[in-house]
Amino acid sequence: MEITIKIFRYNPEKDKKPSYKTYKLEGIETDRVLDLLEKVKGYQDGTLSFRRSCAHGICGSDAMRINGFNRLACKTLVRDVGTRITVEPILGLQVIKDLIVDMEPFFDNYKKVMPWFINNDPEPEKERYQSPAQRELFDDTTKCILCACCTTSCPSFWGSDEYLGPAAFVSAHRFIFDSRDQAAGERLKIVNEVMGVSRCHTAFNCTLACPREIQITKAIGELKMALVTGRLD
Amino acid sequence: MHSIREDRTMNTHQFEVIVVGAGGAGLMAGLYASKTAKTAVISKLYPTRSHTGTAQGGIGAALASQEEDHPEWHAFDTVKGSDYLGDQDAIEFMCSEAVDAVYELEHMGLPFDRTPDGKISQRPFGGHTNNVTGKPVRRACHAADRTGHMILQTLYQQCLKNNVTFYDEFQVVDLIMVRGAAAGVVAIELATGELHVFHAKTVIFATGGHGRIWEITSNAYSFTGDGPAITMRHGLPLEDMEFFQFHPTGIYKLGILITEGVRGEGGILLNGKGERFMEKYAPKVKDLASRDVISRAIYLEIREGRGVNGQNYVYLDVRPENVNKYAALDGRTNPDGSPFRVTGEQILAKLPDIVDFCRVYLGVDPITQPMPIQPTAHYAMGGIPTNMYGEAISDEKNTVIPGLYAAGEVACVSVHGANRLGTNSLVDLVVFGKHAGLRAAEFAKGADFQPLPADPTAFVRAQFESIRNADGKDNAFDISVTMKKVMFDEMGIFRSGKGMEHALQVVRELKERFKHVSVTDTGKIFNMEMINVWELGNLLDLAEVTTVSAIARSESRGGHSREDYPDRDDKQWLKHTMAYVDEKGRIELKYKPVVITKYEPKVRTY
Repeated sequence: MEITIKIFRYNPEKDKKPSYKTYKLEGIETDRVLDLLEKVKGYQDGTLSFRRSCAHGICGSDAMRINGFNRLACKTLVRDVGTRITVEPILGLQVIKDLIVDMEPFFDNYKKVMPWFINNDPEPEKERYQSPAQRELFDDTTKCILCACCTTSCPSFWGSDEYLGPAAFVSAHRFIFDSRDQAAGERLKIVNEVMGVSRCHTAFNCTLACPREIQITKAIGELKMALVTGRLD
Repeated sequence: MHSIREDRTMNTHQFEVIVVGAGGAGLMAGLYASKTAKTAVISKLYPTRSHTGTAQGGIGAALASQEEDHPEWHAFDTVKGSDYLGDQDAIEFMCSEAVDAVYELEHMGLPFDRTPDGKISQRPFGGHTNNVTGKPVRRACHAADRTGHMILQTLYQQCLKNNVTFYDEFQVVDLIMVRGAAAGVVAIELATGELHVFHAKTVIFATGGHGRIWEITSNAYSFTGDGPAITMRHGLPLEDMEFFQFHPTGIYKLGILITEGVRGEGGILLNGKGERFMEKYAPKVKDLASRDVISRAIYLEIREGRGVNGQNYVYLDVRPENVNKYAALDGRTNPDGSPFRVTGEQILAKLPDIVDFCRVYLGVDPITQPMPIQPTAHYAMGGIPTNMYGEAISDEKNTVIPGLYAAGEVACVSVHGANRLGTNSLVDLVVFGKHAGLRAAEFAKGADFQPLPADPTAFVRAQFESIRNADGKDNAFDISVTMKKVMFDEMGIFRSGKGMEHALQVVRELKERFKHVSVTDTGKIFNMEMINVWELGNLLDLAEVTTVSAIARSESRGGHSREDYPDRDDKQWLKHTMAYVDEKGRIELKYKPVVITKYEPKVRTY
């Protein structure tokens, strides 16, 4: 089938402003949008630039706006979006070139929630025990691949990239609800700051955008509840 | 990017240890080296994009959480899995270190799944056995089917916690060698196109594999063999490049990995007639035989007309009713002795990503439908030769190259020999990443910086200049597609002298065509076209070395299976290939013996 793909283009070394270019190519229903981008780059326009690596939804490199929704290009098939496809960079981060945006503010926010395991007790000889029920409490938020689909779909983040954003909350949640971790209080303090969870207005965009189907709004709700009740169960 | 005639002012950085690559091995090396030495980790990706993240089923270690197990059993299984080509001293070392390595990951916060009593949960995996009964043993420590993702995240987080310095999205394009020792690397900053020189006392390559040589592959786009391609150009050897693993269960046509953990959880392989064919090929462990054995079985079933609907695929079936049916037939039990039975909800809980992949890419729900699968190029057993401390070696006498290290898939220790066991890639990268980091930092403490060469980027500038100045009459994408096809057809699961000669001829023609390849992007900022063409050059070089190494080996062993030499030949071939490329591009093959400690080579059956 013939596929028409309209792509946001911007080369900072040549273009005064961005534009859209439209390409036509042959494809099949099960082609990933990433396959189409590769073909456009390979046969029609080598200057097209985008990030990609694993090509099956695990590395988180190829988040983009596809027909207006944040998705991973490698996890979006022609049969999901049809044969007329528009591809644009994710919103809220500065475009560097074509579909490549500056990820630094996103990773800076991630780092602010202390996304690392903290337990200052002496290490046991074997593992620290954790029951399956305790493990289950934060299972969902361990799935995050830091693709930024959620954060860059969030109206509060569009308002200010100082806003920590859903992905940072997901990482905070992953540690706060881990029974082995000892820094829940500190992290809760961070997510309670001005640019923290209080700016989440439960638009649910993040949950809809997540390619890992993490229940992000629910996780943020659990953070808010923990702040109100001071309890983690 | 710099032109060859441009001025030579450049960005120079100085670190005691430079780690190239930020997957599991690179992060582990960075974490350990940075404890005592000034260290930087350079990656062409953001670290969390690295391919370690796609590992699914588990990391092997004889914790004996749920049933009897011993590091010695793990070692024997690894030796046998390697078809006796693995070096046994290194294998014993790795398998005994594996236990503490897994506990260390847990202490770093890795969220392993748990047993009812709160211990790390383990599942059976291909080729891992109770050495007394010969039956599968629970040795793969897992976090659902995203164990690699959790390892990558955890190690990156620990690096952040410990303030490890990162250069994200810097493509390393050359190694700086001074008087036979490593003295740094040259990298391109993708965001600016600028060249950077990283002056170092030690360099650790942890760049991963090169599975993008093949058409159907589970490997990331970024797996272009940059590390081995770079060291090879410095006249350093590559070991056992003819051994590349084809994982039995890739999603049909796409090659996306479906973990062996599916079979660990009771899944079975069925041919087009609905028969469980692995009983014929591996009567004892059946669907949990070694990967090379299963990939060959699938290929033979398809070739004999028993693919599904006459197509080039078979089914992997994890529907609860079939899992339970075959578990009953096999008399499979839980650790407490009760019969092994599963429900759809349990499958979904244990294999959520697999279920998701099947729904997204195949439109198939594996709880109610079987999954169409075919073998997929998966893992490089060969690579930069090292000893068991991660030190790179320069010859068949194991002479250490001062300051140069390699760890993870890019390295060939060799612990995987002719065929890697599932879960052992993760063991490898954690254990050898750590030791490479420790060794490099220790070496750096006792060494001075060597003076840099007068013009350390000269080679790279010339290399990119020749790409830029090519006449542009050829298309890189087309060259890439042709290479992948011929390598999959002739250098895949079964090989023959004639087929491999054909592959070599095609690859050499493609290398000629590559000289005329066109690059249309003339910019500096994120010139991914230029980078991708450079990567293709690496893949072509490695495809050639792989093929030349394979043609010479007139036997079948592990992942190298020849129809014209169907048997293993220990008399002639119980040895490692060492391939050297000279300045004119000629490949010379030498050999070195396999280290045997206590496991004498035997006939390998499962």
